[in-house]
Amino acid sequence: MALDTNTVQAKIVAPPLGVGGPGYYATSFDKAIGLAKQYSIWPLPFATSCCGIEFMATMGPHYDLSRFGAERLSFSPRQADLLMVMGTIAKKMGPVLKQVYEQMAEPRWVIAVGACASSGGIFDTYSVLQGIDQIIPVDVYVPGCPPRPEQIIDGFMRIQDLVHNESQRRRNSPEYKALLESYGIR
Amino acid sequence: MNETIDYKKVTERIAEKFGAKVHSPEEPYGMLTLRTDKDSIIPLLQFLRDDEAMQFIFLTDVCAVHFPDKAEKFEVVYHIHSLMHNLRVRIKVALSGEPKIPTAVNVFKGANWMERETYDFYGVIFEGHPNLKRILNVDEMTIFPMRKEYPLEDNTRIDKDDKMFGRINVNREN
Amino acid sequence: MSKQDHIKHSADSLEKETITLNIGPTHPATHGVFQNIVEIDGERIVSGDSTIGYIHRAFEKIAEHRPFYQVTPLTDRLNYCSSPINNMGWHMTVEKLLGVQVPKRAQYLRVIIMELARIADHIVCNSVIGVDTGALTGFTYVFQWREKIYEIWEEVCGARLTTNIGRVGGMERDFNEIAFKKLEEFLRDFPKGWKEFENLLVRNRIFMDRTQTVPTTPEFALQYGFTGPNLRATGVDYDVRVMSPYSSYEDFEFNIPVGTKGDTYDRFMVRNQEIWESLKIIRQALDKLPAGPYHADAPQFYLPPKAEVYNNMEALIYHFKIVMGEIDAPKGEVYHSVEGGNGELGFYLISDGGRAAYRLHFRRPCFIYYQAFTEMVKGCLLSDAIVAMSSMNIIAGELDA
Ligand code: SF4
Repeated sequence: MALDTNTVQAKIVAPPLGVGGPGYYATSFDKAIGLAKQYSIWPLPFATSCCGIEFMATMGPHYDLSRFGAERLSFSPRQADLLMVMGTIAKKMGPVLKQVYEQMAEPRWVIAVGACASSGGIFDTYSVLQGIDQIIPVDVYVPGCPPRPEQIIDGFMRIQDLVHNESQRRRNSPEYKALLESYGIR
Repeated sequence: MNETIDYKKVTERIAEKFGAKVHSPEEPYGMLTLRTDKDSIIPLLQFLRDDEAMQFIFLTDVCAVHFPDKAEKFEVVYHIHSLMHNLRVRIKVALSGEPKIPTAVNVFKGANWMERETYDFYGVIFEGHPNLKRILNVDEMTIFPMRKEYPLEDNTRIDKDDKMFGRINVNREN
Repeated sequence: MSKQDHIKHSADSLEKETITLNIGPTHPATHGVFQNIVEIDGERIVSGDSTIGYIHRAFEKIAEHRPFYQVTPLTDRLNYCSSPINNMGWHMTVEKLLGVQVPKRAQYLRVIIMELARIADHIVCNSVIGVDTGALTGFTYVFQWREKIYEIWEEVCGARLTTNIGRVGGMERDFNEIAFKKLEEFLRDFPKGWKEFENLLVRNRIFMDRTQTVPTTPEFALQYGFTGPNLRATGVDYDVRVMSPYSSYEDFEFNIPVGTKGDTYDRFMVRNQEIWESLKIIRQALDKLPAGPYHADAPQFYLPPKAEVYNNMEALIYHFKIVMGEIDAPKGEVYHSVEGGNGELGFYLISDGGRAAYRLHFRRPCFIYYQAFTEMVKGCLLSDAIVAMSSMNIIAGELDA
């Protein structure tokens, strides 16, 4: 029987690096856990303005972020893994954002979606925070005003790479501690 | 009630009641513009709202303009609208010295936030306003940012080269 | 806030004491960033206070520093659910100041774009009301129609959300074949899809029970400066498109839906009906679309197309002059308003003859009617207040300028 090339094949994720043989497979904990975590990220959408509407489109049926294991939006910071900051952050909002970040449990990642969140964007004004990296550390920046949903998804996949590849003990590393220290987060 | 009202009639009726206190009517781009002073503005708004024939019952907008070079540095501009006759009137009040003007909240409730915004941007004090504090900016702000002397840009930023980004610290460059 | 003496408890109050509850600024139920602090007695709201300004971006200050054509991207970001309406409103304001007459074809194209934007806006608002009453499916279902509208806009201007459509003096380009094809497809398929969404909610007992709450009266709405669907839901038929027609709206036949009680359900229904009316307008505009140029013959104000700039000396000079700000606008002041997704969106522009506006004030409908929110929900259930808030369609960008 000829293979039906039209049917969509489920993507089988390659196993993490390790040694295998009949009936066993040995790899490190880090890698196995990273693989699992990568596809079960709970994002916290911190959508303030226009980029938030593009995020709605990303969550919508057309682009469907759920395909990447991010079906479940967590509106409570305490259960969230990924803080997605979308939209302009004004100086009035800054402390709120920082508080939300502090309430998140480790491990936590941050993605700055859009020009405003990354750098202030077109609003070089007295009332807008010139990039959220002034108050919290950021892992991935997504450019665009607003970024297209494809770009947001791409940014999300970069986060997945981080989640997969980073050491599980990231938070214990001196660099990470120093980084948080520099932002004044205990 | 059914008589048609146009700008001419409106001006006449106001002149009847307020005399010289409401002056220099103009019609730039088809909108009647009147000037008055801060003592007459509230009675004028009240009169226009309550007058049976005119019924300017809708306050469209309140905002202020800053003229740093004039003797009367601030101007508060009201736009009101008669839905009955589909007429819009613009009323301007020039303020000299410390900008103070009575509030219109008792005439139009919707003036509340518009006046707070005006205060926030220009520091115009609306006397008798129930809750005159900043609305858009943080409470700790000490300046009134829309005044011409304050710069647009966030001056805390260090990574932008002013030459390259065309950032200017004077208020306006035409 | 501790217990407050000024609060009067209703006769059926059980607790005789109130709780202070904070909603926002990042609460998922607010769909935007603003904070409400409410005092509740059991589940009833006794009093409330709103704090806004969490994304204040200083549009008006920026507008004083930028030439006119650079203000268009700012207007995109006012009510970002329906940015083309804001763009067009701004272009028309400037045209009014400059005295530029836009040809009929451009006006009709603008109408098509604006009505699409109105549909896009109301889709979000109405489906979000569904979400807040517990029907998430409707939202995911109708959002694909917004996606279709985005596709049309992409054909016309290249962007999805912050469109920056048009120029002072007309459109920057004509619609292409694909845009017309997509429009036809949209007009053919969308009514079916929207009908399904309506069937889901309109006569749904649960939905009606949840939404026939928080009524408003016309007097209240006028006092607080309501405009748009929220005003019309109370029964006042004020629509800028009809009262002071712009961009040839007088050529089209359409109705203004009004409500009777001004409650959440009426607001929902008015928006629903407006979508059908918008479809009618688009149909008429497409059928009657006149031939001719798509921009005014005003080279000193209309940014020439890029192809021209590269190939034609005259166009290059004008491009240079406009971009470098060497052409002065006349002195004067204009107020122009359009019917935005949320109501009367006004632009008050003062020009001192320079390159940029001396003062530009946006009359933002959201900002003006949101102040009535705490007054409106007094005595209502907390859960109804949340639904009422989404039915008012508060867009943070427009709220905070
Ligand atoms: S980056 Fe652009 S689209 Fe995104 S929030 Fe900022 S202004 Fe809006």
